[in-house]
Amino acid sequence: MTATRNVKGLLGTKLGMTQVWDENNNLIPVTVVQADSNVVTQLRNADRDGYTAVQIGYGQIDPRKVTKPLAGHFEAAGVTPRRHLVELRTADAAEYAAGQELSVELFEAGQKVDVVGTSKGKGFAGVMKRHNFAGVSASHGAHKNHRKPGSIGGASTPGRVFRGQKMAGRMGAERVTTQNLTIHAIDAEKNLLLIKGAVPGARGRVVLVRTAVKGA
Amino acid sequence: MHILDSLDAASLRSDVPAFGPGDTLKVHVNIIEGKNSRVQVFQGYVLGRQGRGVGETFTVRKVSFGTGIERTFPLHSPIIDKIEVVSKGDVRRAKLYYMRDRHGKAARIREKRDFGGKK
Repeated sequence: MTATRNVKGLLGTKLGMTQVWDENNNLIPVTVVQADSNVVTQLRNADRDGYTAVQIGYGQIDPRKVTKPLAGHFEAAGVTPRRHLVELRTADAAEYAAGQELSVELFEAGQKVDVVGTSKGKGFAGVMKRHNFAGVSASHGAHKNHRKPGSIGGASTPGRVFRGQKMAGRMGAERVTTQNLTIHAIDAEKNLLLIKGAVPGARGRVVLVRTAVKGA
Repeated sequence: MHILDSLDAASLRSDVPAFGPGDTLKVHVNIIEGKNSRVQVFQGYVLGRQGRGVGETFTVRKVSFGTGIERTFPLHSPIIDKIEVVSKGDVRRAKLYYMRDRHGKAARIREKRDFGGKK
């Protein structure tokens, strides 16, 4: 499958949230993402790879920690090793060059973006938190089952619990995409993206900011 | 949030006078109606200040025609033309929520007198 859309993307670190005022004096909640040191590490083309894409590297890493195969990969692009790599399928991959540095000016204020991150881990969570179950009554004779799921199925028919039944378990720490966020402003000097609203993940985690799939 | 302090610095106002709960303020608010803008004064006493940094807000309460009105402003909001401290109040709480239950004579706040003593 060849990409038909032009996708721009950058990796960055979520610094946290704050607020700014826009020109109409409205208060805008923004998430600040620092997207410095992004670099193109490889290009995929239709002839060799069967699809077109750009591979982007981001983040510092101690060169001694880089495996030999990866070190060779970075050397081929003529860049210092990066900690994170991501591939973006885009139709205009040919317009990039390996080793090219990407700055936050790739985006412009007002543009719609999707942000991909890893959500905060919630540990082993019950059904009320994990699946928004209603729980059991606080009173009316409820005894020690206020946050329990209740029934999880029938009896001898079907004689088993259906697969996919929502139960308690590990929650969070998974890949989450928030779509159609607006870029409020760009600070090219400090390589900051100010994105309106919240993005997935904790402060200090790496997020991918890319052109919105559904917006336009 | 220290990491974003440099970013927030651009939004901070430097002309905010020192005031605290119990102080009587005149808050001059810019109001834009269509293309005209005018300044409206909201005068009352400070019920409390909430938050810190660029997100700090303060609540001003006044009694207007027998109805208590409270208005919360972001401290660094650009719609505030200026803040005037009319008088300092002598109070023992950071949040004067007890004032909501009082009216008449009981709803007075003693003025803090500065006798120029120890600072």
